[in-house]
Amino acid sequence: MTSEVARHLLFQSHMPTKTTCPSSQVSDDEQIQQRDNIRSLTMSGHVGFESLPDQLVNRSIQQGFCFNILCVGETGIGKSTLIDTLFNTNFEDHESSHFYSHVRLKAQTYELNESNVRLKLTIVNTIGFGDQINKEESYQPIVDYIDAQFEAYLQEELKIKRSLFSYHDSRIHVCLYFISPTGHSLKTLDLLTMKSLDSKVNIIPVIAKADAISKAELQKFKIKLMSELVSNGVQIYQFPTDDETIAKINASMNGHLPFAVVGSMDEVKVGNKMVKARQYPWGVVQVENENHCDFVKLREMLICTNMEDLREQTHTRHYELYRRCKLEEMGFTDVGPENKPLSLQETYEAKRHEFYGERQRKEEEMKQMFVQRVKEKEAILKEAERELQAKFEHLKRVHQEERMKLEEKRRLLEEEIIAFSKKKATSEIYQNQTYMTSGSNLRKDKDRKNSNFM
Amino acid sequence: MDPLRRSPSPCSSRPSSPKTPPCEMLGYVGIEAVLDQLKIKAMKMGFEFNIMVVGQSGLGKSTMVNTLFKSKVWKRTLPGLGMSTPQTLQLKSVTHVIEEKGVKLKLTVTDTPGFGDQINNDKCWDPILGYINEQYERYLQEEILITRQRHIPDTRVHCCVYFVPPTGHCLRPLDIEFLQRLCRTVNVVPVIARADSLTLEEREAFRRRIQQNLRTHCIEVYPQKSLDEDINDRILNSKIRDRIPFAVVGADQEHLVNGKCVLGRKTKWGIVEVENMAHCEFALLRDLLIRSHLQDLKDITHNVHYENYRVCRLNESHVLPRGPGWVNLAPTPPGPPATPRPSKACRRAHDNSENDEDY
Repeated sequence: MTSEVARHLLFQSHMPTKTTCPSSQVSDDEQIQQRDNIRSLTMSGHVGFESLPDQLVNRSIQQGFCFNILCVGETGIGKSTLIDTLFNTNFEDHESSHFYSHVRLKAQTYELNESNVRLKLTIVNTIGFGDQINKEESYQPIVDYIDAQFEAYLQEELKIKRSLFSYHDSRIHVCLYFISPTGHSLKTLDLLTMKSLDSKVNIIPVIAKADAISKAELQKFKIKLMSELVSNGVQIYQFPTDDETIAKINASMNGHLPFAVVGSMDEVKVGNKMVKARQYPWGVVQVENENHCDFVKLREMLICTNMEDLREQTHTRHYELYRRCKLEEMGFTDVGPENKPLSLQETYEAKRHEFYGERQRKEEEMKQMFVQRVKEKEAILKEAERELQAKFEHLKRVHQEERMKLEEKRRLLEEEIIAFSKKKATSEIYQNQTYMTSGSNLRKDKDRKNSNFM
Repeated sequence: MDPLRRSPSPCSSRPSSPKTPPCEMLGYVGIEAVLDQLKIKAMKMGFEFNIMVVGQSGLGKSTMVNTLFKSKVWKRTLPGLGMSTPQTLQLKSVTHVIEEKGVKLKLTVTDTPGFGDQINNDKCWDPILGYINEQYERYLQEEILITRQRHIPDTRVHCCVYFVPPTGHCLRPLDIEFLQRLCRTVNVVPVIARADSLTLEEREAFRRRIQQNLRTHCIEVYPQKSLDEDINDRILNSKIRDRIPFAVVGADQEHLVNGKCVLGRKTKWGIVEVENMAHCEFALLRDLLIRSHLQDLKDITHNVHYENYRVCRLNESHVLPRGPGWVNLAPTPPGPPATPRPSKACRRAHDNSENDEDY
């Protein structure tokens, strides 16, 4: 609280409006406040604002809560079963295959209701993690997914018209990392994955299928795991110990990390109750028995005590880090070239102008090119037109000549016809004359002549 | 394409909000413990509340604030012979931290002496609007930094209490002008000041006339009808809207009435008890502001008024009125200098399509 108060007070002293409060009667432990003109008042009666936390809670109840869990672990290690057991529901039934060629992430959202709390729970599972022969690409899809959720939130926050209060927050609040119970140490894949995720999300490592390890081995295994994580610089989520009410329990839980869990939704009769357990020929492993496994601790820490802190850490630490990196990458800074404070607004405006200038230039270029092309096309078309015209002329001329020739021939033919008909007329006259003067000899002659003439 | 509008990387499988099948839990899990966690965190962080009182001098603003928070927020401002009325409107702010049953509240009260006191009161609302916008601006600047603070200090005015003088007639032109401009920027709660000079019937008639005036001039005071979320809200808020403006009396002296010590004003014809519902409606005002709607006031300021300001600011940065200490960050385009107009340029976020510039 003190650091927050100090920041508030620093801010107060920069306010340009006149502060006229005289700082009389001030108690000793508020000297800082006195220096910056904030007085601590005592009230003479009941005002009634102790209902403020309740008002806040009511509003949150109306809005509902969002919680997103990412489960990372090999196929068949018990991720879905553990989530089912944690939230006491049957979410999903089918087992997934071992033969995927790439790691994928599958997200599902459910709405849970308990008394008056509405929780929108999103479970993201890795599918095919650790199944490939070549595992180099295993953790990249996970990192990309987490970044994508941050990116989506950042986009929404940077919009001009935004609606953050009705935004479905999909950022991952906690990552449950399932370690397989070999009893020896961390696998290389585990180490690499956790190292690449620890600055982006709150990691809680759990030892899965803990009923495969004996108690003695378990203790050694835990110590080995934690020392490996520390020596490799992996930052896992530490339960917060700054609030007195939960500091003690959180501190003791921190010492039990990683939790060794067993998940089961099957019920077995033990004593005279039905409990969730796994039944073996040599005994029954009870899920909610603290001597058998740490399941109850995990549920307590994850849901009952620290859910809100996980959400807050995600928003104030991981998301802010992502945002800062992203904006710096895009070229925004807080301090300009002459060490004068630049605002996001200024940089943004500058970039916008630059962008518009660029766009205008491109538009001009495109216009020029378009005009050029049009000219070229026009020239080509004109050329074609001219050619066609020439051809047409030529054809016309040829046609004219043909016509004239034909005219000529026709005239000749007509003259011949006239000549013939003249000859025919004269021969008919002569025929008539000879017919009258001569006999059949002439007729014969005439016939002969006619036939010769024909 | 605008680098800020790049779509998220393709390998994301974002769960979409509408597809949420409700699940039945087979037993108690402990999810409701998150409410307690929320409370603990909130109490640790403390709360902030900024209230502004506006009205002519002598209407009992300072006394009202003292009565609301049951402490001497202001020193008594009796106009003595030596004190002159301020020539221009000045804004005075005072911040206190008050604590009740473990809940810490950082209260900032802004007073506006000199409002409406001059002969020519034209544009007397400009400094007030400038101050309010300056607080929004401050918050915006903090919000768009690269390296942000963990908790941005909130100095935005959450509620503005407007004191209407008890003429008994109707709203004056100054009141109407001021209310019209301010309702779009901040939550305004009008009250009838010094209501002990009106009888109960006169109060009712005055109240009805004021409500009529507000309706005629389309002034939406808090609780705003257009922001009611569901049927429960609407029922609750209609009851409040029916009684607005509250007729209040402020007093910070205690007197003995029927053996009990109560806050009240002593007159020759009796004692006006502040907390007596039969005498005045101070209790309603206090309940609205503090006991039931404080969080709602802050939420509406943050989600509606601040967002409106932000939209305006990021779109057209040279039209807003300049308050004291205004820093012009964006370069103004060349041309005739823009005269400071009141924030009529800002429109509500949800009934606006003209400002929708897509980058």
